[in-house]
Amino acid sequence: MKKSLFMGALLALGMAATTLSASTLEEVKARGILNCGTSTGVAGFSLPDANNVYQGFDVAVCRAVAAAVLGDPMAVEFVPTTGKTRFTALASGEVDVLSRTTTWTFSRDVDLKLDFHGVNYYDGQGFMVPKSLGVTSAKDLDGATVCIQVGTTTELNLADFFRVNGITYEPVPTEKSSESRSLYQAEACDVYTTDASGLASARSTFADPDAHMILPEIVSKEPLGPVTRHGDNQWGDIVRWTLNALISAEELGITKANVAEMAAAPTNNPEINRMMGTEGNLGEMLGLDADWAVRVIAAEGNYGEIFENHLGPNTQIGLERGLNAQWTDGGLLYSPPFR
Amino acid sequence: MAQHQDFKKPTFELSMLLYDTRYRSTSFQVIALIFFFSLVWWLVNNTMSNLAISGKDIDFSFLVHESNYDINQRLLEYDSRSSHGRAAVLGVLNTLVLSAIGCITATILGVFVGIARLSKNWIVARIMTVHIEIFRNVPLLLWILLIMSMVAHSFPVPKHFRGADPIATMKLFDSVALTNRGFYIPEPLFSNGFGDMGFFSNSFYISIDLIVILAIFIGSIWASGKIKARAKRIQEETGIRPTTWYLRLGVIFIPTILLLVYLGFYLGYPELKGFNFKGGIHLRNSLIALWIALSLYTSAFIAEIVRSGILAVSKGQTEAAGALGIKPNVIMALVILPQALKVIVPPLISNYLNLTKNSSLAIAVGYMDLTGTLMGITLNQTGRELETLLLGMSIYLTISLLISAVINWYNRRNDMVER
Ligand SMILES: N[C@@H](CCC(=O)N[C@@H](CS)C(=O)NCC(=O)O)C(=O)O
Repeated sequence: MKKSLFMGALLALGMAATTLSASTLEEVKARGILNCGTSTGVAGFSLPDANNVYQGFDVAVCRAVAAAVLGDPMAVEFVPTTGKTRFTALASGEVDVLSRTTTWTFSRDVDLKLDFHGVNYYDGQGFMVPKSLGVTSAKDLDGATVCIQVGTTTELNLADFFRVNGITYEPVPTEKSSESRSLYQAEACDVYTTDASGLASARSTFADPDAHMILPEIVSKEPLGPVTRHGDNQWGDIVRWTLNALISAEELGITKANVAEMAAAPTNNPEINRMMGTEGNLGEMLGLDADWAVRVIAAEGNYGEIFENHLGPNTQIGLERGLNAQWTDGGLLYSPPFR
Repeated sequence: MAQHQDFKKPTFELSMLLYDTRYRSTSFQVIALIFFFSLVWWLVNNTMSNLAISGKDIDFSFLVHESNYDINQRLLEYDSRSSHGRAAVLGVLNTLVLSAIGCITATILGVFVGIARLSKNWIVARIMTVHIEIFRNVPLLLWILLIMSMVAHSFPVPKHFRGADPIATMKLFDSVALTNRGFYIPEPLFSNGFGDMGFFSNSFYISIDLIVILAIFIGSIWASGKIKARAKRIQEETGIRPTTWYLRLGVIFIPTILLLVYLGFYLGYPELKGFNFKGGIHLRNSLIALWIALSLYTSAFIAEIVRSGILAVSKGQTEAAGALGIKPNVIMALVILPQALKVIVPPLISNYLNLTKNSSLAIAVGYMDLTGTLMGITLNQTGRELETLLLGMSIYLTISLLISAVINWYNRRNDMVER
């Protein structure tokens, strides 16, 4: 049976048979493991490596949360979800947090009863075509066949873009990005469209990345970030401030290498001290211990280090920081203060 | 003496509900019913309160809101400004189209394989056995994915048809293009047609040409039936059956052909324009994969049903017919199959129902059936799991019940009178 249908039925049954439990933090602690919803495989964002250990930019967020809550960044069970199944997996309690290139939109936040906890990647939707197609602008794509994933903002933006520009297209919907990539490579579609970061990731997996180009048009705003269910504010705070700790750490110069030293004794900077738990009681306010943020940064480093390791110019994906630079460097990353 | 009177008076005691066979089955049924309803009540109640806790309600108003997504295979007018309800209707139509063509080819193939499996020719019989075992024993989903990837990866890309010396060419006198995006075949068009007629305040259109052609064709078949009945009457009265085949053939085809000529019937051929072929009918690779896989898979089951139906007719019938000097293939058509049908039809219905339900695997290859639109994209974009699933399930239930009803009606009408 189709997974989403099955999950939907499971959700209906789950809703019918159980009363949703109140505290996710208690549950995760009792379980000793964090259930993290992730993709079915996007290089650089979430993909098991040769040793079957999940690696990636989205994976790192879950590892950081596990480090904060459970003290062990490896205490995470990754649950692959597709564009279609992800919210059901979250709503039914199958996962505690969703970290899967998921765009923060009004209706997801308000109507789907989800909570978004900031943005770990500012993205926008783009189009990739084989260079041999001879197309230089998305507006030249009249009549083209376009591969998309169902249940995404992608399919909605795509419909709008073509309609507004008065051109037509033939959508080829698939459930997983791996299917889209395979159809695109077989030239069963002329175009592959998704978040620009996803395109860069897809291209890096091709045998001949140089034969493909990403068209200049970016047709949407896709702020991607971690998500939890509505209704558990404490759990939401933990996820939000874990992400903020990663971002602030970069701004404040706390790295994987120096975090132990910074935490050993109070420094001259009170904000660093409050984060490191050498001053004040922020950890206690969150329902965690004083060292929570130390472990968050010790797991995979600060935001900048995570970006460098999984997406940066020296990786296969080769993305520049762009909008995702710190606000002090002209980007959009701006963590509220730890105070 | 007074003691005897006591025995005669039938007094009712509570324990009799359990121990008296007259009441026992009823009381068990009542208890089961009470259990069942409490369970349902509890489930519904719990769902409601959990929905309330997570801040969700039950609300079908999304059905009239803009869907904002596009659907590739559209049997009705539709774009991303149309409603979720309309997207659901398109999904139902796509489910019905797939099921209908699947049932037809599965039946043709299944009957052929089932009969051939009984062939006296050893090789033919073995090949049919292999066909049945292969398609029956490998999960359907794998067939669907396999055929999809065969089409997508082995047929030529549209651009390969281009140029002075193209890599690929169109088949059948340049009328059919087989590409990795699907097959393009000629479409019937009318230069002098009647146009379309709108229904339900123009919420959908049906070609008047199609309605007229169907009406004339069905009328012709009815007239041909009348001719046959008359021939039968004459045969019974005089013992001589008048030759009517040319009359009947003429009655069936001449009016329709004349109508087609009047309407200016011609074929629109697919043509490579821009990125893709334009014109003609586009059978998408997802439809082809599902159609072939569903037909092959179901044909294996139908073949077994046909075989067992034929074997259920006693051998004496064949021998008796043979003794009368009837030819073997005529025996099969006029003696064996009519009797076998009685055994064949009921399980055949359930295979049609299976095929319809199995068509919901469509989303695996991105075919936009009911599970792709209403229970897929709409569910996901609106987050209305409960509503879309309930609606989708009721639609499948309705389709299934309708199929059963139609075939049961046909079955009863053609029931043999046993002597
Ligand atoms: N950001 C969009 C699209 C997200 C999306 O589906 N991205 C693709 C390509 S980056 C993906 O993550 N696919 C992974 C998978 O299919 O499991 C959304 O939230 O709807």
